[in-house]
Amino acid sequence: MLGFGRQRPWLTLVVAFCVLLVVDLVLKLLGTELFVFGTKALGGSLAPAALTAFVLDGVIVGMAVGLAAVGLSMTYSILNFANFAHGDYITGGAFVGWTAAYLVVSGGADLTTRFLLSSNLGLTVLGTPIATVVGLIAAAAGTIVLTLVLDRLVYRPMRDADGISLLIASIGVALVLRYLIAFVWQTGKHGVTAGPTKITALGIITRTSHEWTLLVVGGVLMVGVHVLLQFTKLGTAMRAMADNKDLARVSGIPVERVTRMTWIVGGGLTGVAGYLLVLEGGTIVFNFGWTLLLLIFSAVILGGIGSIYGAMAGGLCIGIVDKLALIWLPSDLTRAAVFAVLIVVLLVRPEGLFGGVKTA
Amino acid sequence: MSTARERFQTRVKTLPDGLIIFGVMLGLYSIFTVLTVSLGFGVSGIVDTLRTVTYFTAVYALLVLALNLHWGYTGLFNIGVAGFMAVGVYTMAIVTGPTSPGAGTVPGLGLPLWVGIVAGTAAAALVGVVAALPALRLEADYLAIVTLALSEIIRLTYNSTVFQEFSLFGTPVGTGGASGINIPTNPQTPINAFFEGQMGRAALDAAAAVGVTRPIVVRNVAYTLILVVVVAACYVFVQRIGKSPFGRVLKAIREDELVADSLGKNTRRFKIKVFAVGCGMMGLGGILWFGSDGYASPLSFRPIVTFYIFIALIIGGSGSNTGSVVGGAIFAGLLYYLPQFFEQNSAAALDRIQAIIGGSTATPNTFVAAVDALGQLDVTAFLSYCFANIGSLRFIAVGVLLVYLMQHRPDGLFGHRIETASSVPLSKPAGGEDDE
Repeated sequence: MLGFGRQRPWLTLVVAFCVLLVVDLVLKLLGTELFVFGTKALGGSLAPAALTAFVLDGVIVGMAVGLAAVGLSMTYSILNFANFAHGDYITGGAFVGWTAAYLVVSGGADLTTRFLLSSNLGLTVLGTPIATVVGLIAAAAGTIVLTLVLDRLVYRPMRDADGISLLIASIGVALVLRYLIAFVWQTGKHGVTAGPTKITALGIITRTSHEWTLLVVGGVLMVGVHVLLQFTKLGTAMRAMADNKDLARVSGIPVERVTRMTWIVGGGLTGVAGYLLVLEGGTIVFNFGWTLLLLIFSAVILGGIGSIYGAMAGGLCIGIVDKLALIWLPSDLTRAAVFAVLIVVLLVRPEGLFGGVKTA
Repeated sequence: MSTARERFQTRVKTLPDGLIIFGVMLGLYSIFTVLTVSLGFGVSGIVDTLRTVTYFTAVYALLVLALNLHWGYTGLFNIGVAGFMAVGVYTMAIVTGPTSPGAGTVPGLGLPLWVGIVAGTAAAALVGVVAALPALRLEADYLAIVTLALSEIIRLTYNSTVFQEFSLFGTPVGTGGASGINIPTNPQTPINAFFEGQMGRAALDAAAAVGVTRPIVVRNVAYTLILVVVVAACYVFVQRIGKSPFGRVLKAIREDELVADSLGKNTRRFKIKVFAVGCGMMGLGGILWFGSDGYASPLSFRPIVTFYIFIALIIGGSGSNTGSVVGGAIFAGLLYYLPQFFEQNSAAALDRIQAIIGGSTATPNTFVAAVDALGQLDVTAFLSYCFANIGSLRFIAVGVLLVYLMQHRPDGLFGHRIETASSVPLSKPAGGEDDE
C-alpha cells in the first residue's frame, strides 16, 4: 500500500478526498455533525429527497451531455483531433431545429417572427407534438448537413495535418459558426417553450414532459448507437479506424467514406442533443453550446477518448457531478468543480475511466 | 511570377527586425490617419486614434511574446492565457486597493503601485508553476484542454460570490465577484503626478500649441510610451532567452522532446521554468492592459481573449519574436481596433457612405429587415446593420482568417525565418545562381 502511494501520489490524494466526500455525504444524510477541535468539520443535514432530486437533475443534464459527447468522442478518435467547434454544432443544430419547429407550428406570428424566433410561441411536446418532432428531425438533418459542409471546406483539405493544426482550425470554425448565428439571431436569449406539464412515472418520479422526452429520446439513441457499432459493418469499420487508421486503410476499409459516416452519425446526435437541451431549458441563445463544450470534453475524457460507452457514462457522471456539487458548493462554483474533475481525471487516469475498452 | 513573389518574401524575411516592425506600424498609422482625416477628426482625435492603435499593439505584442515563449519556442499549447492575465490583474488590484474604500467597492491591502505590479506578475508566474507541475506531463491537446479548464476555473472563482469579500490573514480583501474590481491606484497615477509638475505642464502647453488640446490625450500618450518601452524590454528579454543555451533546449523540446531528454536535459524542469516566465509575462501584460482602464471584471477574461492572442501569434508566425510583434500589431490594429473604431464612429462613417452611394442610414433592427433592405439595393441600410453588429462580424472574420492560415500558411508571416546557430555567417556570396 505504501509503495502504491509512492508510485501514484496523486491517485492516493484523490481517493482520500473522495472517501472524505462520501463520509460527509453519509453524515449529512443522517443529519449528524462531526466536530474537530470545536469547529464543524463534516456533516450537516440533507434530506434524502433532495439528494435524489440532485441525482435526477444530473441524469437529465448528463443524458444530453452524453449524447453530444458521443459525437465528439467519435470525431476525436477517428479523425484524431479535439474539435473545438463541437459546442457550436450543438447551437447550430438547435437553431435549425427550433426555427423549423417555429415555421411549422400554427399560430398568429408572421414569417419574420417565426424565422428569427423573436417571440415565444410556447411550444410543448404534448401541446404541439408535430412541430416538436419536425424540429427534432430538422435539428439532426441540419447538423448533419452543417458538419458535412464544414468537413468538405475545412477539415478535408487538412486530413494529413497534425492534431494541433486541426484543433486551431476548429477554433476558427467555432468562431465563424457562433457569430454567424449571433449576426442573424442576435445575442439575446429567446424563450421558445411554454411551461410543460408534469408527468409522474413509476408512481414516484415526477418530471416535466420535456425532461421525460430528453430521457427517452436520449436512451433510445444511445441504444441505437450501440447497435450500430456492434452489429453493422459500418460500426466495425469505425471501430477499426479508431484503433488504427493505417491498418484500416490497408485492410480495404474506405477511410474517407467511413469518415463521412462518422460526421453524419456524430452530427445527427449532436443536433438532437442541442435541440433537446433547449426543449428542456426553454431558452435558446447563440453561445449555449460553447459554454457546454468544456463539460462535453470532460465527459469524453472521463469516459476515455474513443470509447462510445465511455462518452455516454462520462456524460452521465459529469451531469451528476455538476448537480451533486451543489451539496458542497454555491451554485456559481459547480462548473468550476466539474472542470476540476476533468483536470484530476487527466492527471490521474488520462486514459479515462473506461479507457480499457476502445470504441465500445 | 511565383519566383518574384518568393524573392520578395525572402527579401522581407532578411530585413532587419526593427525595420519590419517600423514598416508595419507606419502602414497601420497611414490607414488610421486616412480614416480619421476622412471622417473629419481634429488633431487631438487623430493623435488619440493613433495612440490607441499603439496601445493595443503594445499590449497584444507583450502577450503574444509571452505565448511565443510557450508555444513558439517550447511547443506547449497553452490556451489558458486569459486565466493567467486574470491572476496578475486581480492580485495587483487586491494588493494596491485602498484599505477603506468607498461604497460599492471592495477593500484591498493598500500597498504601493510597484508592489502590486511585482506581486501580480509573481502571482501569475506562481500559478503557472502550480499548473505546470502536473499539466506538463500531458500530451499537446490534453494540455490545451487542461489549460483552458484552468483558466475557466480561475475566472469562475473570481466571479463567485464566495470570494467577493474575504479575509486574508485577518485583513479584509475581496475580488468584487461578478461586479468586477476597481484598480484605483492604476499605473497612470505617477503619470498624473508628472503632469501636475512644472515639466509636465510645459509638455501640456507644448502639446496644446500643436493642436492637442485635451490633456487626457497627452497623458494617455505618455502611458502608451511607457508601455512601448516595457514591450521593447520584453522583446529583448525573450530574444535573449531564445539565443541562450536555455532557449536552444526549449527549441529542442519543441522539435523532439525525447531527443532533448536523451541528451541529458531535464526537459520537465526546463518546461516548468519557461511556463513560469511566460505566465509571469502574461500577468504583467494583463496588468498593463487593464491597469490603465481602472477596472476589470471576470467578463474581461473569457477564453476568447486567449484565442485573440493565439490568432495574433499565428498571423505573425509562432517561433519568431518579430513575428509576434508584427502579428500583435496587425491583429490589434486591423482586427481588434478597426471594427471598434467603426462601431464608435458608425454615425459619421454612415453619413459619408450615404453621401457617396445614397440610401438610408436608419439601422434595420433585425437581420430579415437588413436583408430586405439589401434586396431593395439599399446598401447603406445593410451596412448600418453590419456596423451595429460589427462585434459579431469581427469574430467571423477572425475565424475565417484562422482557418485560412491553418490551411495555407500554418507558419504565419515570419514562422520560418532562418535561425542560424552558427557564429559565422553561412550565407552564400552574392551573385550566385539559385539552386532551384
